[in-house]
Amino acid sequence: MEDSKQIFDEMHGEAGGVRYPYAEYQKWLETEDPARLRRKSTASEAFFRRTGITFNVYGREEAAERLIPFDIIPRVISAREWARLERGIEQRVRAINAFLHDIYHRQEILRAGRIPLDIIANNAAFLPQMIGVSPPGNVYTHIVGTDLVRTGEDEFYVLEDNARTPSGVSYMLENRETMLHMFPELFAEVKVRTVSDYPKNLRRSLGECAPEACEGKPVIAVLTPGIYNSAYFEHSFLADQMGAELVEGHDLRVINGRIAMRTTRGYDPIDVLYRRVDDDFLDPLTFNSQSQLGVAGIMDVYRAGGITIANAPGTGIADDKAIYSYIPEIVEFYTGEKAMLKNVPTWRCAEPESLAYVLDNLTELVVKEVHGSGGYGMLVGPAASKKELAAFRAKLKARPGNYIAQPTLALSTVPILTKKGLAPRHVDLRPFVLVSPRQVNITPGGLTRVALKAGSLVVNSSQGGGTKDTWVLEE
Amino acid sequence: MLGKTAGGLFWMFRYLERSENTARLLDAGFRIALTRSSAAENEWASVVATAGVSRNYLEKYDQYVARNVIDFLLRDRTNPSSVWSVIEAARNNARMVRTALTREVWEATNECYMTLRDLLSHPVSERDLPDVLGSIRQQSALVRGALHGTMLRNDIFDFARLGTFLERADNTARILDVKYYVLLPSASFVGSSLDNVQWESILRSVSAQRAFRWLNPGEVNPMSIAEFLILDRRLPRSLVFCYSKIVDNLGYLEEDYGLRLDCHDKAMPILKRLKDASITTIFDHGLHEFITTFIRDNIDLGAQIEQDYRFSG
Repeated sequence: MEDSKQIFDEMHGEAGGVRYPYAEYQKWLETEDPARLRRKSTASEAFFRRTGITFNVYGREEAAERLIPFDIIPRVISAREWARLERGIEQRVRAINAFLHDIYHRQEILRAGRIPLDIIANNAAFLPQMIGVSPPGNVYTHIVGTDLVRTGEDEFYVLEDNARTPSGVSYMLENRETMLHMFPELFAEVKVRTVSDYPKNLRRSLGECAPEACEGKPVIAVLTPGIYNSAYFEHSFLADQMGAELVEGHDLRVINGRIAMRTTRGYDPIDVLYRRVDDDFLDPLTFNSQSQLGVAGIMDVYRAGGITIANAPGTGIADDKAIYSYIPEIVEFYTGEKAMLKNVPTWRCAEPESLAYVLDNLTELVVKEVHGSGGYGMLVGPAASKKELAAFRAKLKARPGNYIAQPTLALSTVPILTKKGLAPRHVDLRPFVLVSPRQVNITPGGLTRVALKAGSLVVNSSQGGGTKDTWVLEE
Repeated sequence: MLGKTAGGLFWMFRYLERSENTARLLDAGFRIALTRSSAAENEWASVVATAGVSRNYLEKYDQYVARNVIDFLLRDRTNPSSVWSVIEAARNNARMVRTALTREVWEATNECYMTLRDLLSHPVSERDLPDVLGSIRQQSALVRGALHGTMLRNDIFDFARLGTFLERADNTARILDVKYYVLLPSASFVGSSLDNVQWESILRSVSAQRAFRWLNPGEVNPMSIAEFLILDRRLPRSLVFCYSKIVDNLGYLEEDYGLRLDCHDKAMPILKRLKDASITTIFDHGLHEFITTFIRDNIDLGAQIEQDYRFSG
């Protein structure tokens, strides 16, 4: 099914030796007793369970809390590789913010004819309520998780921009903690850049986006749907690490033009709300009227400058999969430069020629729902059965505009520890980006997700993927 | 602090306290059942009554037999006060207030949950009961140890302690409420071995049989037991001890927030009544009435705290 010659292994390279970023790690690994490594691997699971780093799986009453499997072989990125990625990500994120501001104001990019009007006009992710609204500091995407994949020594692609509420950063932090706890001696030998500043940077970055109404030190709160949400661990973790309150919709109400939280001493105003609730549930008065998760009236407060909502409502229009294919144009339009990071070639099934091509080549393509996420509703052509292909063909014909297709990329691999020793598995990478009016800050590394099944390309944790600690080496 | 967080802490520690109390009650009941088979059924009935779940129990079972009582109090999900139900509730509250807890307290709570989940995944046989009860007490002691060793002494700590002592006071009062007839002078005559067993059981259910013997060498009588459980300031499960702590913690909150609330005005007279009482006046005015009034006041204070500190809106 896969041509193994084409697959790039980040540790062993194409030639089968050890690539330079892994040289020091390899030296350490050679002195390690494999049995000890396996014991450590088992110990790491107990460590995660005790800490309660779990995620909830919807629709499963029993075993509702699961661990995301953690693999103890790190994914290593050299300083030079990282510097390049960093520049590309920053360029892309700045362009996305400029695009969002434009699309909710003068819409120059549409006037210039660089992207088609109907892709915005007929897009549920475009929020008319945001037209003419300028968020504090003109920052829309305070937190971004840019998904990257690699196919060769110098071949990196952006897979998704995740400009709404990207998750996974708690795993990045806890993976490192776990590695430090289990292999302290390793970090004395290999110089790895720290990731543990993330909560501090997040707090600073959010604080720099405080609204006009803020007096004194910005009060920050994290809005969670509650303890049954699949990412609740992360919500409480981030609030805890930042020293911010963790609030739910029913803790909040509008008082004197501010959003205030109910405390033991009365109601206190919040300046910046890091919400982990989707746009649709944010304000029952403006969006979904059935929502219990948001705050009635928050959009009015927001428009009047009484609160910063991070990320801003309506950012989904920038990470929509239909817009994705236009990001290279978007980068050029707003920065005047060529995009440094490549897009994966994408067929927009809304276009008749593309649809015809996709239908003809379905067995070689990955087809995704325009608004889907988490690996649901997606077809991996080469791995699909005849029945699945036929079913998808019908779906494509019925609603072509709902899909895009991409070639099946030969994602790079990094070894994981199996019972039989090291074995290569496909990976992707989600670096975490913080945006404030003053700076764009990218934590060196990010979350490496790894498909645990041999040959599998699906790395999503909801579909049996695992994670690895990601190392960016110091110069 | 969020009102919801204060409420979550309060209930988290009420539930943990309850799990420990239920384990003690079962321990005491089991002891009687082992040594006095003729008294066993009555004893199990009063254990269930003390846990406050007689109605739920009788909906499910006709008779008080060891196996059913043990299962109902330890594992039954339909019993909101079973050890498993309250441990799950305590952990859910802990997750909700995670940002108010140190890593140590959270991990101890999570560990408690995981350990008991394993222990209580199957029915507990009488043979294994002592070990399981020991584990329950040990696990909640670990959480308490983490709380004392790592938490700041601030409002977070105060709400945790308020939950603990309101629950504990309620528990001790319920033991007295259910067993008061054993302690009445008219019902007792010196030397009845059944009475001795009953008295012993009361002391055992507050883990104070040894302490009582040290403090009252040679004189086991119902009045001194009642005095010990109600009025002894040294016993950490006595009513007066619990209320001293409640008034202390409410006082810290008053000082911290600069706010005197209705709950402060309610707690003080309860403590004063306990401090001013002697065991003879309590018996003269009626032990049962004294205890039922106390239970009512205690519930009332809990509701007032909940309202004053905006636990739920």
